[in-house]
Amino acid sequence: MAVTDRVQSPPPNTNRRTSRDTSVKRLAFSQKVSKWDVKLSPYLYISPFFLLFAITGLFPLLYTAWVSLHSWNLIGGQGEFTALENYEFVLAQPFFWNAVGNTFSIFLLSSVPQVVLAIAIAAVLDANLRARTFWRMGVLVPFVVAPVAVGLIFNNLFADQAGLFNELLTGIGLDPVRWHSDSLASHAAIATMVNFRWTGYNALIFLAAMQAIPRDVYEAATIDGAGRLRQFFSVTVPMLRPTIIFVVITATIGGLQIFDEARVFDQAGLGGADRQWQTLTMYIWELGWGQRNFGRASAVAWLLFLIIVVIAMANFLITRRIANQGGRR
Amino acid sequence: MSSIPMIEQTAGKGAARAAQRGLGARRRGAPGGTMRRPGFLTYGFLGAVLLGSVFPLWWSFLVGSHDSSVISKGVPMIPGGNFLANAASVLDSIPFWKALGNSIIVSTVTAASVVLFSTLAGFAFAKLRFRGSKGLLVFVIATMAVPTQLGVVPLFIVMAKLGWTGSLWAVIVPGIVTAFGVFWMTQYLRDALPDELIEAVRIDGASMIKAFWYVGLPAARPAAAMLALFTFVATWTNFFWPFIVLDPSNPTLPVALQLLQAAHFVDYSIVLAGAVLSTIPLLLLFAVAGRQLVSGIMQGAVKG
Repeated sequence: MAVTDRVQSPPPNTNRRTSRDTSVKRLAFSQKVSKWDVKLSPYLYISPFFLLFAITGLFPLLYTAWVSLHSWNLIGGQGEFTALENYEFVLAQPFFWNAVGNTFSIFLLSSVPQVVLAIAIAAVLDANLRARTFWRMGVLVPFVVAPVAVGLIFNNLFADQAGLFNELLTGIGLDPVRWHSDSLASHAAIATMVNFRWTGYNALIFLAAMQAIPRDVYEAATIDGAGRLRQFFSVTVPMLRPTIIFVVITATIGGLQIFDEARVFDQAGLGGADRQWQTLTMYIWELGWGQRNFGRASAVAWLLFLIIVVIAMANFLITRRIANQGGRR
Repeated sequence: MSSIPMIEQTAGKGAARAAQRGLGARRRGAPGGTMRRPGFLTYGFLGAVLLGSVFPLWWSFLVGSHDSSVISKGVPMIPGGNFLANAASVLDSIPFWKALGNSIIVSTVTAASVVLFSTLAGFAFAKLRFRGSKGLLVFVIATMAVPTQLGVVPLFIVMAKLGWTGSLWAVIVPGIVTAFGVFWMTQYLRDALPDELIEAVRIDGASMIKAFWYVGLPAARPAAAMLALFTFVATWTNFFWPFIVLDPSNPTLPVALQLLQAAHFVDYSIVLAGAVLSTIPLLLLFAVAGRQLVSGIMQGAVKG
């Protein structure tokens, strides 16, 4: 640029020498700028993310620990330092352990059938279908329904009196289920809502992984005389292992934080008259915004975080072990 | 976390290839290498799954289209004519239009900012060499495993200190960047943008920001569109945080919807009419962009 400047506009009245001098300086300067540009730009481009994440993600997480060590009221704010008193209090609460149990129960009831069903749906979608896009979009419809709407709709379907599911049960001569008072039944109902929303989504993830499996593996299996079912269990499922780990871990992280569906499963939003389906996140909400005790709510948040980390690690170790064994074979 | 290599393996690989290939084109042939069309059983199973996906919505429309006195005697299988009346009661009992507007604002702004910042960072991570890039990227991926929901108490304290509780800022700001977005754009740009192209632009004398603007951004467009779509849907359906931080008089749609049931007497025909009303906007979006959503997930999306 500097060079063309000089050629295009030869200043008629001024000394040519000085003009050349400045342009050489300018060239050096622009080189320096370019060097800094190369060096600094990457940091400049990633800094918005890191700055904003530090404020909105990392800081709150660490600050939760600080709050959990104090007596802290929603209105009054920070109180005195109480060390682990909040944790002691919470761990001694039956409602805490009730919430832990409910969370795990709902989580297992939702994630296990969800993964199994999603793989089955993916296997079917992987066939040479007509109107493929239509079917794929069809299974994804629930994904755009907000969990609150899902909760309201299923709350009606699972109504104890005159709900559709109970009507069907009595229609075939069975006893109606008390979805809103029996603990396990309510967990099954909430798990159904979670499965409704996520199964199709996970099926598409599995479908993508299935399509990445080389087709000649199947040809080899066919030559070896394996039927379609045998191929599914001996070829497809083992080859899907990394994806299964991935889906299980994301389902764990999401599943242990269930709130929306359980919250709207009745009007009061505390998880039933005896807190039959109160999850850990609901318990955090009750402690923090119901009882206005931020210290205790933060203690539960950290305990939940620890549980998630432990489960995720266990998940990973178990599945890696299985994967390694598969590799050795 | 320890799940990093696994996520990389599943989520990122071939994202660019898949997008270029598009949704329709895939290798033909069922497992076993045959071109055989599947039979009645397959379509039967799929039909049942589809029914399960759509029926709850259809049901809520059925209930929402009848008078509550009809509902109490059992729901007829044909829609009634009461939907508009029920919808009118929904509009009377919750600030529906305000909530709709709020949801549109919050989701749009969040999606735009996530895409902008993720593309910038993704471009740097994928294509620029700098000290510490590996470590920083691992940090980004690790934070994907940390549930942000667990910081709600301090986040609320901060918002209260800033005086933002009850305002849309409190919902927008915490969602303004996501680790997933950065990871997604990094993976995509690594494959989709050839190094030579950037070098060529640089030799022509373009600055870094020009290289980003003229080469990086256009290459990122397909992935950016999907990221925007996902962020939009996730923000729209989000409930927990808006529920905590927003005022019932200034809600987003899910928060408003939940108010319908908080009354002492629950009229299901009105509650479910509200559920239908609140779902229509995203169903419309799905009708327009459903294909992209499907192919986005198949490139390895992660639950938000």
